[in-house]
Amino acid sequence: MNAIAVSGLEKFYGDLAAVGGIDLTVAEGEVFALLGPNGAGKSTTVEILEGHRRRTRGSVEVLGFDPETGGRSFRERIGIVLQQTALEPELEVAEILATYAAIYPRSLPVDEVVEIVGLQEKRRARVKTLSGGQQRRLELALGIIGDPDVIFLDEPTTGFDPSARRQAWSLIDNLRQLGKTILLTTHYMDEAQNLADRVAVIAGGVIVAEGTPADIGGRAEGEATIRFRVGRDVAGEDLPPVARAGLDESDGQVTLETSTPTEALNEITSWAMERGLELEGLTVERPTLEDIYLRLTGGGGDG
Amino acid sequence: MGRDFRLILQQIKYQNRIFWRTPVGAFFTLVFPLMFLLLFTAIFGNDEIEELGVTTAQFYAPALAVFGAASATYTNLTITTAIARDLGILKKVRGTPLPPWIYIVGRVGSAVWLALLSGVLMMSVGVIFFGVEIIGRTFLAALISFLLGAGAFAALGLMLAALVSSGDAAPAVANATLLPIAFISDVFIVNANPPAWIEFAGNLFPLKHFVAAFGDAFNPGLTGSGFSWSAGAGEYAIGAHLAVMAAWGVGGAILALRFFTWEPRGGENSRRRRSRVSGN
Repeated sequence: MNAIAVSGLEKFYGDLAAVGGIDLTVAEGEVFALLGPNGAGKSTTVEILEGHRRRTRGSVEVLGFDPETGGRSFRERIGIVLQQTALEPELEVAEILATYAAIYPRSLPVDEVVEIVGLQEKRRARVKTLSGGQQRRLELALGIIGDPDVIFLDEPTTGFDPSARRQAWSLIDNLRQLGKTILLTTHYMDEAQNLADRVAVIAGGVIVAEGTPADIGGRAEGEATIRFRVGRDVAGEDLPPVARAGLDESDGQVTLETSTPTEALNEITSWAMERGLELEGLTVERPTLEDIYLRLTGGGGDG
Repeated sequence: MGRDFRLILQQIKYQNRIFWRTPVGAFFTLVFPLMFLLLFTAIFGNDEIEELGVTTAQFYAPALAVFGAASATYTNLTITTAIARDLGILKKVRGTPLPPWIYIVGRVGSAVWLALLSGVLMMSVGVIFFGVEIIGRTFLAALISFLLGAGAFAALGLMLAALVSSGDAAPAVANATLLPIAFISDVFIVNANPPAWIEFAGNLFPLKHFVAAFGDAFNPGLTGSGFSWSAGAGEYAIGAHLAVMAAWGVGGAILALRFFTWEPRGGENSRRRRSRVSGN
C-alpha cells in the first residue's frame, strides 16, 4: 500500500519549470529521502505534497487524498516540519504543544511528545530561551503531536552541529519504529544514507536516480578502487598483472580501479603472501553516495 | 460545531497570552492612552464645565478609550499578523487542520477583547480619579458602538497587515495612518473649531465616527438612548456613525481577504528576521 503516489508532477512559474515531470511512490512505513542541491525542486515537490502549493500538472495522492482539495481531514493525518523554525518566542514549550494538540482529533499526549523529542527539562521554558537545536526539536514535536500517518521533514537538520544532527537522526529513527511514513528532503548525503530506506536524487526538477542508499546510481556495481603501498625496491614487473599499471614508481603507491575487486584482491594478496610482504595502507573503496550524487547532479554544490 | 467553538476560545486565549507576554504591545494598548489622560488633565486642567456639571475628563476619557481600542485592534493586529507571517507562523498554521477562519477569528476576538479591557480600564480610571460619570440611559448604545468600532478597526488592521510588505514596516505604517487621523478625529483635541476641510476629512474616516458614537454617550448635554439614525439638535444618535464604521469594516475585510497571504514574503526584512530567530 502506497502512502504517497505521484505521477507526471509538473510545476511551472511562468515559463520556468521548477518541477519538470516527477513520478514517485512511497510505501506505508517507508522512510524516503529526496536528495538534491538547492533549487533542484525538492522543496517545491514537498510543498505540493503538503498542500502548500498548487501543481501545474500531474496527479498527486497522499493517503488517498489530493492535497489541494483534502482540506481539514487530510491535514489531520499529516505532520509538517517546515525548513524554517516558526515559533512564538514568548510562549512555553508545553503551551504551544497543548494548543496544537487541540487542533487534532486524535493527538498524542503532550508529555509523551515532549519525551520523544527529549525536551522534558524544557517543558516550561519559553521558546526564546531554547537553543536553535532545541527549537528544531520543538518543531518536530509539533509535526508529530497530531499522531500523523505521514510526516514531511523539509531539511530537518540544516544548520545543525554534528552532535545535534546525530540526535535528530535517532529521533527520526524512533518515528520509523512507530511505523510512520516519512518523506524528508536533505542535501546531506550521510543523512540520506543513515535514515532513508530509499533515496531519489533530484536535479533540475527531475529525478535523475532512485534506489536504496546502497545501490543508487549503480553504486553497488560500480568500479571499486584498491590502494596499497609497496617498497621502493619493487618494480612494476614484479607485481601481479592486475596491479602493474597502477604503480607510481616514485613512492611505491599502487592505485587500481576494478569492476571485479574480489578477484583482483585475491591475486594481490596471494602475491604478497608468497613473498611474505605486508601491504601497507591496503584499502578497498566503493564510490561514496557523495561521489554518485556529485556525478548525478553535475558536480556543482549549488544547482 | 461545539469543537470549533472550543477551538475559537482556545485561539483567543493563545493570542491573549502572547499579548500579555509582549510588554511593548501591552504598554501601547493599555498604558499609553492613560498617559494621555494624565497629561491632558495636567496641562489643561480638569475643571468643571458649569453648564453641564461635569469635568473636562468626561470628554477626554471616552475619546482616549476609543484611541486605545484602535491601538488594540488596528495597530496590534497589523503588527502582530505581519510579524507572524514573516516568522513563518502563518504558513505553519495553514499546514495544520485548524480552519483558517478559526485562526483569524481567534486573532480578531483577542484584539476586540483587549480593546474592551483597555476601554474599561480607561473609563474606570476616569470615574475613580477624574470624576467621569457613566450615564445608564446610553450605556447599551455605547457598548454596541464600542464593540462594532473595535471590530471594524480589527478588519482594517488585517487589511493593513495584508498590504504591508513586512513586519518591520508594519509599526511605521500603522502609526503613520492612525495618528494623523486621530488628530482630525476629535481624539486629542476636543471641542475645537477646525477649518472646514479638516472637518470634512475627519468625517470621511471611521475614527471620528467611533469617537462620536461612543463619546456622545457620556455627554450629559445630549438626550436620548442613542438608538436612532441621525442626531437632531442636542440628541445622542449612533445609527449614521455605525453605518460609516461598518462600511469601513466591510471594505477592510474584503481587501484583507483579497490580499492576505499565509506565506512569508520574500523580502530582505523577512529573511533577516527569520534567520535571527532560528539562529540563536
